[in-house]
Amino acid sequence: MAASDLHEDTVPSGELQVVPVRHPGRWVAAAVVLVLVAMLVRTLFFSHVMRGGRPQERFEWHIIDQYFFTSEVLKGLLVTLELTVLAMAGGILLGVVLAVMRMSPNPIVAGAAWVYIWFFRGTPVLVQLLFWYNASYIFPSFTLGVPFGPALVHINLNATLTPFIAASFGLALNEGAYMSEIVRAGILSVDEGQTEAAQAIGMSRLMTLRLVVLPQAMRVIIPPTGNETISMLKTSSLASVVTVKEVLYTVQLIYAQNFKTIPLLMVASLWYIIVTTVLMIGQYYLERHFARGSVRQLPLTPVQRLSRALRIRPAEGPFGPNLDVDAITVAGSGRPHGGEGGGPL
Amino acid sequence: MVRAEGVRKRFGRLEVLRGIDLEVGSGQVLCIIGPSGSGKSTFLRCINHLEKVDGGRLSVAGHLVGYRHQGGKLYELRDREVCARRAEIGMVFQHFNLFPHMTALDNVTIGPVRVKGEDRSTAAARARQLLERVGLGDKVDAYPRQLSGGQQQRVAIARALGMEPKLMLFDEPTSALDPELVGEVLDVMRSLALDGMTMIVVTHEIGFAREVGDTLVFMDRGLIVESGPPKQVLANPAEMRTRAFLSRIL
Ligand SMILES: Nc1ncnc2c1ncn2[C@@H]1O[C@H](COP(=O)(O)OP(=O)(O)O)[C@@H](O)[C@H]1O
Ligand SMILES: [Mg+2]
Repeated sequence: MAASDLHEDTVPSGELQVVPVRHPGRWVAAAVVLVLVAMLVRTLFFSHVMRGGRPQERFEWHIIDQYFFTSEVLKGLLVTLELTVLAMAGGILLGVVLAVMRMSPNPIVAGAAWVYIWFFRGTPVLVQLLFWYNASYIFPSFTLGVPFGPALVHINLNATLTPFIAASFGLALNEGAYMSEIVRAGILSVDEGQTEAAQAIGMSRLMTLRLVVLPQAMRVIIPPTGNETISMLKTSSLASVVTVKEVLYTVQLIYAQNFKTIPLLMVASLWYIIVTTVLMIGQYYLERHFARGSVRQLPLTPVQRLSRALRIRPAEGPFGPNLDVDAITVAGSGRPHGGEGGGPL
Repeated sequence: MVRAEGVRKRFGRLEVLRGIDLEVGSGQVLCIIGPSGSGKSTFLRCINHLEKVDGGRLSVAGHLVGYRHQGGKLYELRDREVCARRAEIGMVFQHFNLFPHMTALDNVTIGPVRVKGEDRSTAAARARQLLERVGLGDKVDAYPRQLSGGQQQRVAIARALGMEPKLMLFDEPTSALDPELVGEVLDVMRSLALDGMTMIVVTHEIGFAREVGDTLVFMDRGLIVESGPPKQVLANPAEMRTRAFLSRIL
């Protein structure tokens, strides 16, 4: 009672002016970032250096421009993409098989998978690639047939094991070891009750895995697989060491002749960044697809958000709450959308 | 329909079932009560081949669980045969275990289509009828996450019925539900019993056991302590342990 007496007169009555909280720190931080960005832009695009007694554009954008869309570079890019796709496809397939093997009740099968993973994770990819490149030295031919019995298929590895095939194999075999751990984590993340329910309606073990467990495991499997794919895109540049003309080796061959090392490396880098961006967007939509059923309402895509944000009302100020797109309440749904699976960028 | 004689099951050194004898006739409803850890779930799982019996004889519809009788010998079932036997027994779990990435309709049709090879449109038509029957005709396209617990459990019952089972096993089907949702699930089970389905129900819903059950079994520490007509067991329990358990849950 004494407390309420004390506070009785502290809340004034009548019309009052509201003074919003100021955030001077935000303005300072923004100013610093803007200055740094301006400096970077100037260095990249508007600065010159003396080369051979003449001022030259620092980053030689005209050379980047000149080589960016040449058929050689584009062909190299295509090889990079092929390597990435083959290595990932092989890696994912192998990863699923190894993951299932590792969880097999048969200790020999599980042990074999473990040894595989141990070996391929324990040695550098670069060494593995060099090994496959030179494999025909140890295995001049490859024979498929009854163990210790007659041969069915005979392949001359000297002729078949081209650098491209060796690199694809090497990358896929290595990726399989990593993917198997990702797939296994995904499978383990699915509640055991799911397997039981599937078995209770008479599904076989394989059917349960394919129809019930893996689709749910996808939610856990896809984000790291996206990262693996993006990482593979760049790891595939190691194939340059075994003379596969992917995009890096292609620009290396060019700058070995004209000595424009940095601009040509930038050509390759810019292509890597462009493809990575496309992959990230793809990953975002894939994650959205597999979130079906696990969130009550799918979050909006960035495109949807943008169009709604533009329709709702303009932002209040540079740092007002409306600029924080995530916080915008979706018109009609009446509640902020969940944070599941952030945007790609 | 189900006959158990001295059924035993152990996990390592722990004897979970220590000789279960019981019989459930066709169209009958058996209710099982008992304290947690007494082996009720394990017994249901044995009936459905989810666990292997260690001793005794357990048979469903004249088939020994886990074995095939042929020429005076017992052959252990292959995986495929086990699946075929399971397909004839419906099971409903405490935590529903619906497939969250499928709509209610797909949850019900996946068994008939994938396991029995029924064609998709017939299966879908029948699934709609089943969902209608459990009162969810308007939730056909909903995902489990979008349904209440009671609705999910009713979809789970429809999913089990979709396989046209001879026997339905319920493992505490209402234990995970909010009190006000228990009734809707029990109503569905009651109507199933009235239609003559053979059912084994592990439950703590004494009212349901009294009204719907033909037999009530009280299990404790892997043994059947007492069994008989529900009204009798509930009103005049013969055993101390039954009496103690009932006084705790009533
Ligand atoms: N897979 C298993 N491995 C080891 N012990 C188990 C397993 N399943 C159940 N048990 C044990 O068996 C006993 C009976 O369990 P359960 O049949 O689930 O009892 P209830 O359903 O009556 O509560 C418990 O002590 C439990 O810990
Ligand atoms: Mg239980």
